[in-house]
Order: sequence, then structure tokens, then C-alpha cells
Amino acid sequence: MDAAAVGLLIQASYFVTAFLFIMGLKRMSSPVTARSGIVWAGAGMLVATLFSFFEPGIGNYPLIIAAIVIGTAVAWISGKRVAVTNMPQMIALYNGMGGGAAAAIAAVELYRGEQLPLTVGTLAVIGGIIGAVSFSGSLVAFGKLQGLIRKAWRFGGQQFVNLLILGSALVLGGMVAAGYNISPGMVTGFFALALLLGLTMTLPIGGADMPVVISLYNALTGLAVAFEGFVLGNAAMIIAGTVVGSAGTLLTQLMARAMNRSLGNVLFSGFGDTGSTVAAGEVKGSMKPIEASDVGVMMAFAQKVIVVPGYGMAVAQAQHKVWELCQLLIERGVQVRFAIHPVAGRMPGHMNVLLAEAGVPYDLIADLDEVNGEFETTDVALIIGANDVVNPVARNDKSSPIYGMPILNADKAKNVIVIKRGQGAGFSGVENALFYLDNTRMLYGDGQAAVAQLIQAVKAV
Amino acid sequence: MTGIVALYIFMLAAFTGYEVIAKVPVILHTPLMSGSNFVHGIVLVGAMAALGHADSGLEKTIGFIGVLLAAGNAAGGYVVTERMLEMFKSSGNRPKPGAH
Repeated sequence: MDAAAVGLLIQASYFVTAFLFIMGLKRMSSPVTARSGIVWAGAGMLVATLFSFFEPGIGNYPLIIAAIVIGTAVAWISGKRVAVTNMPQMIALYNGMGGGAAAAIAAVELYRGEQLPLTVGTLAVIGGIIGAVSFSGSLVAFGKLQGLIRKAWRFGGQQFVNLLILGSALVLGGMVAAGYNISPGMVTGFFALALLLGLTMTLPIGGADMPVVISLYNALTGLAVAFEGFVLGNAAMIIAGTVVGSAGTLLTQLMARAMNRSLGNVLFSGFGDTGSTVAAGEVKGSMKPIEASDVGVMMAFAQKVIVVPGYGMAVAQAQHKVWELCQLLIERGVQVRFAIHPVAGRMPGHMNVLLAEAGVPYDLIADLDEVNGEFETTDVALIIGANDVVNPVARNDKSSPIYGMPILNADKAKNVIVIKRGQGAGFSGVENALFYLDNTRMLYGDGQAAVAQLIQAVKAV
Repeated sequence: MTGIVALYIFMLAAFTGYEVIAKVPVILHTPLMSGSNFVHGIVLVGAMAALGHADSGLEKTIGFIGVLLAAGNAAGGYVVTERMLEMFKSSGNRPKPGAH
């Protein structure tokens, strides 16, 4: 086959890939078809990769194959092994790798030292800086969620320093793109500054805000891929990258809104830092403990129970036990629902994945808007491992740092049972007024052990 | 591909991405983020082209790292998304609690 025909065939394969990607994402946006969506997208990836081997004029096949085999094997095994609770940081890691790859493409093009047309050079530089920031920034996000980086790192004038780094990188990049005295040293300097910017931008952001940041870097990587697609004249990269860029931007906004934060607020302010000490508001009353056996009776004879799970439940690996308890209650004719706050878990939707892992059917799971009207007719609200998302001060205390965040109105239920390891404030460091209400009882203990006791108690009724 | 055609593709793809995600329920936010993370693994084909055309040792080294990272993005993104989505089942697909 001549080169023109091969070129046409590759273009056709990219067309198929773009179609499969968009259909795949479309299917992934409904729980009924989601499972097949990733398979469609996967098929698209396979088609594009296979046909790319036939691109005219390429060599270095042993290197290409070796890199694909090693990269695939390492990521495949780590992806299979990671616990569901740790998936958010793995997404960050894989996303950073994509950003790094986009930056590497830019680097190969720029180090070659040939004068690129101005538009192509500019796009390579922009894609390079975005990709490099996404790479180092995602690594920091991974480190924070994995617990490798514990402190938020801040100093005065940080925004100014970031701006200075960005400015210098843009000046160097602009000179490289314009072909002004290009030397390899300038290209190296450009990438070093871009990588540094990713670090200094992400290190000050607290762990609680990482999901939004990861989502943002996901969108940025998409954009970087699209820009490098322009450089290489590769339609599959332009389409897939842009689709991810815009979808990721929307997803980032949805996440930020669910936390009642603006994106600017997440990126440029310190709240969300786990180590920060927020002045705890004065809360009147006392926490009233209760025994598991009493809770068991209460739940067994309830008409309606709503479970409010938080990340604490996942850390205690209690979701299987919780579902076992709920199945017992359902057998007794109790109406059971799970109420999920948009930021329960470490990412919007993360809690749903954890519950799905335990076998909870998704039609028992309700989100905030669906379920909030139901608490008033609920006999027992069981809070397990959740804290800030049920704190009524978000509704009425203007001085509280979480004021204005939409919460689950668990305090409106007739009885509120809180399973908690001990007395302490939530992720944000804010004291929880819910724990001191007259209709609230505290069941102290490790999540899994406490739920196991509840199961025994319900069985004994 | 001429510049203006590329620009059209860019615009239409941006709207497509927005429309595809616009009505997604919260429960799918994390899997969808992971899925879109997989999709930009397409950077692999670009990295392959970059390494395939590389001449000097430096270009080959960077190209190799690029392909390695891109393959990791695609493979890891796929596995994690697939594992997440595998768990989504409605109560219609499984025996009802208590029914033996």
C-alpha cells in the first residue's frame, strides 16, 4: 500500500476512535449504561494505538513497544490492586502521567531546534506548560491524598511568586516559539519553570480541596493533549483532548459548587487545609451516649431509616457491615435509604462507588436534593463517619467557615444516631452542633465494630 | 489539516464535551472523571509519533518517557474506571434482599 492510502486508513481509524470516545463518555453518564461506556472508549483507544504503528516515516519500534509494555504493565497492575478508598489519588497519578506525556511531546518538538511555524510553536509551548503544570501538580495531589505530603506549604507573597514563575515561563516560551535565539538551555529552563509552577500552585492547597484540583488538572491535561494534537496534526488528539477539556471544566465547576466554593477560592485561599486551626464556635449542651442494643430496638421498629455515610465509614471498612444491617432492616419491612452528600468521601460520587462495592443497589441511594425533604418523616437517621456534611451550623451560623455549604438535614429526623470513634471535630476543624441536639445520641466506637453490634442487636429483637 | 478546520473541530468538540456531561447525576462524577482521564490517554498516539520521529539521544529519551507515561495514563485510567463502573448495579439486577 502506498503512503497516501496508509495515511487515509489512519485518519479513518482516528475517526472511529473519536466516535467511540464520545459514545463511551455519553454511556458513562448514565448508571444503566455506564459499564459498557468504558468498554466502548477502550475499544477506541485500542483502534487508534494499533493503527498508529503504521504511520509513515516512523521508526524506533523497539523503543516504542518497550515503553508501551512497561507503562501498561505497571499501571495495569497498580490499577487492579489499589483499594477503592484510594482510587482518587490513583486518578491523580494517571492524570499526571497524561500531562507529562503531553509535555514530553512538546519537548521533543522544541528540542529538535527546527524553526516551527509561529502558530505551531505557540501551541506546542502552551500545551507544554499546561501539561508540565498538570504533571507536577497532579503528583503533589497524589502525595497529599496518599498522606506522603502532610503539610500545606505557604509563605507570604505566594501568589506573587507564582505569578512571577508563570510570567518567566511565558517569556521563555514565547522566545522559543518565536524562534528567537533558540538554545536547548532555554527549552530546559522553560520546562523547569513550568514544572516548578505546578508544585508551587498545588502545595498550598489543603487536602480537602484536592478533588476539585484533580478534576481541574484532568481538564488541563485534556487541553494540553488537544494543543499537542494541533502541533502533530492529529485529529483524534484534538477531539478527545478538547472533549475532556470542556467536560472536565464543567465537572470541576459542579464539584466546586457542591462544596459551595468558587474555583478561585479553592486555588487562591487556604481553607481546606487539614492542619489549619479554625476557631470552633461555642456549642451549648452535651453529647449524650447510647448503647447499641437500644439503637437496635429503635431501628428494628422504625418505619423509615436514613443512613448518612461519610468517609469515616470507608476508612473503617464498614460499608459491607452497614449494608448487612440494612438488609436485616429491609427484611423486617423498614424503609431504608442512603443519603449521600455531594462531597461525602474524597470526591463527588466516591461514596456511591464505595457503597456500590459493598453491594448496595444504586436506587436505594439518594442525593441531597432528593432526600432532604424526607428527614422530617424519618424515625432514625444513622450518621456513620460523616461530620461536616450534617453540621447545622452551615445553615445558621454566619461566622462558621462552612456557613452556606448545603448540608443533609439529618437534624430534622425524630432520632439521630451518630456512630463516632470519639469526641472531635470534623475534617474542617469545625465543632458539630448536631452532636449536641436533644434528639441526638452518640454511639461511640470503631465504625465496623459498632455496626456489628447493631446487627446483633437487630437480630436479637 | 488547515488551521481554520482545526479551529472548527476544537469548537465543536468543546460543545460536545459540555453536552455529554451536562446531565450527569452526582453518583457518576468520580467514575466519569476517571473515564475522561482515560480518554485523554489518547496522548499515547502523539507520543508514539514523537518517539517514532526522534533522532538524537535526547529526543529518544524524552520520547520514551512520553510513551511510557501515556501508556500508563491509558492503562491505569481504563482499569480504575472499569473497576468503579463494574460495581454499579441496580436492585433489579440482583436477588432481592432476603429472597432465597
